[in-house]
Amino acid sequence: MSQHRAMLEIHALEKRFGQTEVLKNIDLKVREGELVFVIGPSGSGKSTMLRCCNRLEEPTSGAIMIDGARITDIPRRDLDKMRLKVGMVFQGFHLYPHMTVLKNVMLAQVKALGRSKAEAEARALDMLDQVGLKHKADARPSELSGGQQQRVAIARAVALDPKVMLFDEPTSALDPELVGSVLNVMKDLRQKGMTMLVVSHEMAFAREAADRVVFMDGGYVVEQGPPEEVFGNPKSERLKAFLSRVSGTAAA
Amino acid sequence: MNMFLATFFDINIMMQALPLLLKGAVTTLKLCAVVIICGLFGGLMLALRALSPRGWLRWGSVIYIDLFRAIPPLVLLIFVYSGLPFAGLELAPFSAVVIAFFMNNSAYFAEVFRAGINAVPKGQTEAARATGLSPTQTMIHVVLPPAIRNVLPDLLSNTVEVVKLTSLASVVSLSELLYSANMARSVTYNASPLVLAALLYLAVLWPLVRIISRYQRGLAVK
Amino acid sequence: MRFLETFFNPAVIGQYLPDIIAAMWVTIYLAVATVLTGVLLGAGLACIRAANLKSVNFCIIVFADVMRALPPLVLILILYFGMPSVGLSLSAEVVIWLVLSSVLTAFAEEIFWGGLTAVPAGQWEAGRATGHSKFQTLIYIALPQAVRMGIPPLVNRILATTKLTALGSVIGVKEILSVASSAQSFSGSATPLTMAAIAYMIIFIPAVIASHWVERRFSYKM
Ligand SMILES: Nc1ncnc2c1ncn2[C@@H]1O[C@H](COP(=O)(O)OP(=O)(O)O)[C@@H](O)[C@H]1O
Ligand SMILES: [Mg+2]
Repeated sequence: MSQHRAMLEIHALEKRFGQTEVLKNIDLKVREGELVFVIGPSGSGKSTMLRCCNRLEEPTSGAIMIDGARITDIPRRDLDKMRLKVGMVFQGFHLYPHMTVLKNVMLAQVKALGRSKAEAEARALDMLDQVGLKHKADARPSELSGGQQQRVAIARAVALDPKVMLFDEPTSALDPELVGSVLNVMKDLRQKGMTMLVVSHEMAFAREAADRVVFMDGGYVVEQGPPEEVFGNPKSERLKAFLSRVSGTAAA
Repeated sequence: MNMFLATFFDINIMMQALPLLLKGAVTTLKLCAVVIICGLFGGLMLALRALSPRGWLRWGSVIYIDLFRAIPPLVLLIFVYSGLPFAGLELAPFSAVVIAFFMNNSAYFAEVFRAGINAVPKGQTEAARATGLSPTQTMIHVVLPPAIRNVLPDLLSNTVEVVKLTSLASVVSLSELLYSANMARSVTYNASPLVLAALLYLAVLWPLVRIISRYQRGLAVK
Repeated sequence: MRFLETFFNPAVIGQYLPDIIAAMWVTIYLAVATVLTGVLLGAGLACIRAANLKSVNFCIIVFADVMRALPPLVLILILYFGMPSVGLSLSAEVVIWLVLSSVLTAFAEEIFWGGLTAVPAGQWEAGRATGHSKFQTLIYIALPQAVRMGIPPLVNRILATTKLTALGSVIGVKEILSVASSAQSFSGSATPLTMAAIAYMIIFIPAVIASHWVERRFSYKM
């Protein structure tokens, strides 16, 4: 790591839905250009943590900093500007079905970022080229495979020049043979220096591309470290149990 | 058989009544245009309010929608036309009809829009908001286009209902199509002008009803 | 204060309450008769249509289209004023029942037929494969599914059609609106119209609430 500036910082984050406490006390730091990988059993609060980072979910307490700016106490009406700095990719892609692929990537550039149409189109085509889908610019999302849709969704988010990209199980809804193309796009992004926080079950990808792996369980960060460490020498019982369960299903 | 034809299909009487009926049809069209445009707009506004997170806005709209869906439009019309003058508010028939049917129709259109908006997956809104679009931009660019496309058959079928509804304006002596036909009936002592009015309504509405059937069948098969 | 005096005059309420309550029964009775006739005939016609007899189906489709496209008030006036000339005098109640039942039959037929065409082909095949006749498959397997799919739009249509009982006031059926209208002219007060509106709310608001419930309960997500 040549850079050490923290791009995303989570301090003592708590989140409650009514009575149920989903995030109990999360501390996490993602430095500039770092790819941090989050694993953990379903229901452990991974999605909720990501969604707090762009305030799709309102944290109950704690602080979140993006590029040094505290986003947890900016007023609601300024949320839109903050969200331009935080890109998000969802498990279900959520492309807009009534627009072409190109328009999907242009919309927020024009409406939220205020770019001119021409500028936005040029940027969109460039982004589509980077994810290998320039030839699909005029197609509708429904004409694309899941893997292609997810790559468009990544292009849509990255076109806004965010400081951080959040990925919530980006490949979980994909057929196995389509996973690779999406992971390649993510590797590309990392090479270009994007700061990324990724929730995923693709352990092989984590070993290969992650700077750090974070294991969450029951609303806490239980263990974190370099991939070799976390996968090769897990310390907590819960992580050991989780890893054996996951590798068991992967082998099956 | 002859008696039947003479009662319902007297061509001479129909020809005599035709100019009067066409004049009435023009009023019907004007009425439809005003009520449909206001109803669509009002319905959309109501639907957005009914879906807004703010409690009092939401409940106000939900109650409005249910209330005006429960009261027969003719009752609203009589209330506005004959009841409001007691409160010193005297309205011309055309205005009374527009106001009464607006209350009724905006509620119906609101229900249609609300169903359409609700059917758009929540992930669409979240994705749009995550890219920094404001709630209003999200509604306009991301939610409404597919929502409206989904409910197009219902909007069309509601529009047909509006055209049929305007015939009630005859009750408050607004000289639209049915009123003119009924005038002609009472002058000629013959039901043929009413049948002619029916044919005029059919000429406009039958094709629309066909389209609606096709469209809904298409959706059902999908 | 003057507002209360005009629209909620206690003396007028006391005087006309019994009449309005009696009229509510007429409205309810007409509504129930319309619903029973319309839903049963509509389901029947949809089943007949499933038999695929070309000329019969043509008649059903024309009937359903015309009844859905024509304003009911036109039909009411034609029957009420025209039929006596061909020697068939129908009472006002019968005219309202006939017209509203026909309208509901048409809409119900379309709704059930839409449901039947949406029942997957596999269901028919499964029915035939387990030894049912075509007729048995229709009645025991396809129709129940079609009915279930059709319930939300059917409830809305029933609501819209039964509210049309207010049209009875135009030809003198002693239902709520006509009783309230004449009470209004006798008393010189708008209060009876308020009473009418409230009477309709008492009857139809439960129906509107039921329609919301039914929509949540029965709507199949596409
Ligand atoms: N909007 C919500 N309301 C109530 N509970 C929720 C909501 N969203 C998530 N939860 C609960 O929070 C817990 C963590 O969910 P989530 O963050 O989606 O976990 P993960 O992504 O790790 O599977 C789960 O038990 C889930 O049921
Ligand atoms: Mg999750």
